[in-house]
Amino acid sequence: MTKSDVTRRGVLKTGALAGAGVALPTIFTASSAAAYTNEPTGGTVTLGFNVPQTGPYADEGADELRAYELAVEHLNGGGDGGMMNTFSSKALQGNGILGKKVEFVTGDTQTKSDAARASAKSMIEKDGAVMITGGSSSGVAIAVQGLCQEAGVIFMAGLTHSNDTTGKDKKANGFRHFFNGYMSGAALAPVLKNLYGTDRNAYHLTADYTWGWTQEESIAAATEALGWNTVNKVRTPLAATDFSSYIAPVLNSGADVLVLNHYGGNMVNSLTNAVQFGLREKIVNGKQFEIVVPLYSRLMAKGAGENVKGIHGSTNWHWSLQDDASKAFVKSFGTKYGFPPSQAAHTVYCQTLLYADAAERAGTFNPCGIVEALEGYEFDGLGNGKTLYRAEDHQCFKDVLVVRGKENPTSEFDLLEVVEVTPASQVTYAPDHPMFAGGALGTCNSGA
Amino acid sequence: MDAILLQILNGLDKGSAYALIALGLTLIFGTLGVVNFAHGALFMIGAFCAVTVQRILNLSFETIDETKTDFLGNPAKVKTAYVESWFGPETGAAIIDWSVPLAILFAIPVMLFIGYVMERGLIKHFYKRPHADQILVTFGLAIVLQEVVKYFYGANPIPTGAPDVFKGSFDFGVMLGFDPNAIIYPYWRLVYFAFSALIIGGVFAFLQFTTFGMVVRAGMADRETVGLLGINIDRRFTIMFGVAAAVAGLAGVMYAPINSPNYHMGMDFLVLSFVVVVVGGMGSLPGAVLAGFLLGVLESFASMNEVKSIIPGIDQIIIYVVAIIILLTRPRGLMGRKGVMED
Repeated sequence: MTKSDVTRRGVLKTGALAGAGVALPTIFTASSAAAYTNEPTGGTVTLGFNVPQTGPYADEGADELRAYELAVEHLNGGGDGGMMNTFSSKALQGNGILGKKVEFVTGDTQTKSDAARASAKSMIEKDGAVMITGGSSSGVAIAVQGLCQEAGVIFMAGLTHSNDTTGKDKKANGFRHFFNGYMSGAALAPVLKNLYGTDRNAYHLTADYTWGWTQEESIAAATEALGWNTVNKVRTPLAATDFSSYIAPVLNSGADVLVLNHYGGNMVNSLTNAVQFGLREKIVNGKQFEIVVPLYSRLMAKGAGENVKGIHGSTNWHWSLQDDASKAFVKSFGTKYGFPPSQAAHTVYCQTLLYADAAERAGTFNPCGIVEALEGYEFDGLGNGKTLYRAEDHQCFKDVLVVRGKENPTSEFDLLEVVEVTPASQVTYAPDHPMFAGGALGTCNSGA
Repeated sequence: MDAILLQILNGLDKGSAYALIALGLTLIFGTLGVVNFAHGALFMIGAFCAVTVQRILNLSFETIDETKTDFLGNPAKVKTAYVESWFGPETGAAIIDWSVPLAILFAIPVMLFIGYVMERGLIKHFYKRPHADQILVTFGLAIVLQEVVKYFYGANPIPTGAPDVFKGSFDFGVMLGFDPNAIIYPYWRLVYFAFSALIIGGVFAFLQFTTFGMVVRAGMADRETVGLLGINIDRRFTIMFGVAAAVAGLAGVMYAPINSPNYHMGMDFLVLSFVVVVVGGMGSLPGAVLAGFLLGVLESFASMNEVKSIIPGIDQIIIYVVAIIILLTRPRGLMGRKGVMED
């Protein structure tokens, strides 16, 4: 007679454990029966818009969401079509993407990498998003790009300016329309040379995270190539709100230029503090002291108020551009919302159209088909002139704008003026440039 | 030497904000025994009182200027502020220019009212609950207040300027015998420091020299005995909550020109202010003020390049390092009463 140890409780426990074990690996494999992750089978296709809806970049996120909704409206045949009318590719017909009506879900990145990954994961797993786009921080973009690579969906980066996004952290499933720190440096340097000469001493204050580090490196390299001397590079905590104790040492450092590698609230406060301390009125080394903000946005300029007057920086796009595409987008966005779009709105609108167009041209939502359609793709008619989505790193190369805080703004939107449109050729670098070295693009992941 | 003096000035200025917020926190803890995590939000609301007054004074009517176009190519709308229309362009512009100091008059009743409603409407129900419950409910309230402000004002910082006469900076060092340009300091930051000293002095004088203040201090020492004397100590404590809210609010109003107000600025200050309160000694008003200025100065020193080159990253942790050292060597804080947290 054999003794059995099987009990009712034991069976239940074993069963529960086995069930949990079977259920565990479902992450990103729920669609394994399909050809690729979240293959749309009905009459709709879902896009995931992952933007900061809370936190310090929430206004930027709100503007991104407006642009996304406008893009969806245009893709589905509504509104005036915006830049679909000026886009050089004519694959989009206003009947959704590949005949499927475009739907979207939104997530809140909170400008935190873990929160952004969680909301992107939810949109992929629960909502069946085939593409994730958005963000307003390089830390977030790099984190979500990595997740999309693992999940087998496309990531169309929103606002991310760190070299690393298409440098050491580049991924085959990730694409960036926005420019980067290197391109800001390359665009700004000639303008700074003309304005301030070749004999300058620069002091950098830098936000202490991936974006700040790569921008500091880029701007310092570009200005040192002009002959400028870098006096000091000081990292400031991302959470800092009062920069006075970082500004004060600049006064007696021998520097005659202050470079603020800050963005968002950091830039608003550091620039305000620098102006309060009278840096702009100072004469150092026999020269007028100058402040440079390498990455500008209209929303930031609005926060800093009159402190931005006369201060130079770079931007990806500006609503005052007079090319047909930019005018069409401003008209479309301005009519719908009552104010002009920000550069954040522009870049995410472009990313949505570029994804949709790639799917149309590839004839599939399979990420590998999209990657093939976007790699090395040249287009025009989305503002910034002719643009290349480079195959080697998935970075867009296009004209970069150098802007200046306007002295006499005519409205609350008229804060920056374009002083130079730097041609794409001048901001293009080799894919193996040291600032972008390391990491590997890898191969596309369809999740199959 | 000049660099050190400059950082002392900076530190005193930063410390002013810490001290004012910590003073209000301590007033509430000392009277009501409540750990108020919504106090940073009250500071933020104060700053938005300045924004609101600025907006009210800038209320405008629109006229169409056919000679100009807006961003869509339509005839441009020209805005004229009502105060400029009523008082003439010069007087109107001067009134708008002084919107931050004028906001003090607006903020006092608003903050007293908000403090009163907060205490009567919510916090009084948590007096007998553990500190953890009080922290949770006041932290939740802070988030609600933040989101309400964000809903109405947006997430972007809103520039709120000081009057023109206080803009810019002056050569502070020359007054002390240093070389020109050695110590340049912004006018408004000195105004902020002076204002903080005035408020702190006012609160201490109020508690020290008025009958109301004496009763409140007696109540802080022994609430039950004061109650047995037939004095309605609860009502006085409610008023003190309003006073604490007003102190935080005024700190926020005057801080608006230093850094553009945004909806999460309260949270930025809250944790630091709690550290200040704990270092100063829970429940000790002089301790809160002393610790506020002390930590402000230490934080400024830690930001100096010379210090950072010896200990990288010290600027980010200095306050917490000092807090740990003080609490290890003196658990009740610099001027705290023994066992106050155990009551």
